[in-house]
Amino acid sequence: MVTAENDIRLQKIWDLLGEVNDPEVPVLSILDLGIVRDVKMNGDETEVIITPTYSGCPAMDAISMDIRLRLLEQGYKKIKVSTVLSPAWTTDWMTDEGKNKLKEYGIAPPPRSDRDGQTEVICPQCGSENTKLLSQFGSTACKALYQCNDCKEPFDHFKCH
Amino acid sequence: MDQLTAYVLHLADNNLILTQRNGEWCGHGPILEQDIAITNITLDLIGQSRNFYQYAAGLINNSAGAANLQPATEDSLAYLRKEREFKNCLLVEQQNGDWAQTITRQFLYSAYQYFLYEKMQHSKDEQLAGIAAKAFKEVSYHLTWSSEWVIRLGDGTEESHERTQNAVNELWRYTGEMFEPTAYEQQMAAEEIAPDPSALKESWMKKVQEVFEEATLMIPEKTFMQTGGKKGIHTEQLGYILTELQYLQRTYPGAEW
Repeated sequence: MVTAENDIRLQKIWDLLGEVNDPEVPVLSILDLGIVRDVKMNGDETEVIITPTYSGCPAMDAISMDIRLRLLEQGYKKIKVSTVLSPAWTTDWMTDEGKNKLKEYGIAPPPRSDRDGQTEVICPQCGSENTKLLSQFGSTACKALYQCNDCKEPFDHFKCH
Repeated sequence: MDQLTAYVLHLADNNLILTQRNGEWCGHGPILEQDIAITNITLDLIGQSRNFYQYAAGLINNSAGAANLQPATEDSLAYLRKEREFKNCLLVEQQNGDWAQTITRQFLYSAYQYFLYEKMQHSKDEQLAGIAAKAFKEVSYHLTWSSEWVIRLGDGTEESHERTQNAVNELWRYTGEMFEPTAYEQQMAAEEIAPDPSALKESWMKKVQEVFEEATLMIPEKTFMQTGGKKGIHTEQLGYILTELQYLQRTYPGAEW
């Protein structure tokens, strides 16, 4: 009985975390991104454990703050956001739903890291595979800049990490 | 200070000092994409550096006798240590020079970081293993990017070739130090916390030779290797870097914004 109640309480927190978005790619929630590793209730304290995407990602500080704020709004008082570095985050942890949202938003999603030889990046605008890399470093730490050779649109590609 | 703390500070200082150097390019890169590239690389480096400083601060605060001292933080370690306390290698403190020199310095260092973190991912120290696993992926991109630039410039025009060869000639003397183990690196190797840097030299050299060959660049012969940085004995460059880096916190202690 106690376990079931706990499960419900934990599920409510997970639901709230699904409403916290990445400040740099606002179409993705932090659950889509796959950075929330665990949620724990330690007595009256709620602990959210996250893994950073990139070492220097300035969004991580903002995300910790947003988690805290979202839970505070809902009446949670003692909140702890902890960071674990190991195992390191990989784009493979991004959900399929997240990848679809990225594509609809105009960002080419990352391929799975175990797909050997799969190097083509598909244009999120017209679906062409005929694209070229403009720069390995784009507007944020997680993205590279590409251009479509068919529709000519430049676009961001979420790098495989 | 124990050897683990010294080693973690060495890792942190390497990245912080290169960050400060690369940061001078912000808004001045040759074209917009490359300005963004060098600053993005630098963002990765400062992120890794913060992870190392945070870890070092924890080690210092948990060590014997720390209770009587002001607690260390990532900021106090970056902003309030003196030149002789910095353990970065000499290569990263050298001047930006032209784009060729900045690229060459980045390439030589990224190649070193690549082989270091590749091994350190399997460290017996869980914290370092975690930082290295993340950093290894980031550095793979830095190495690809800087290799391509070394090739583009070395095998480019007569002028770009000359500038890049000059950069290699200027910086080569600072590369030997990376592979000469200090006492703290020997201790880390013995405890399987980090690889012995001398064991990384062969892979590093192979990568450098491969890229230089394509770039039509020559490795200088019979170079006297400068050492000392990892033990706190620096070239005159570091003083200037720290003056700028630490000015604000030294003039207005504890300032926040």
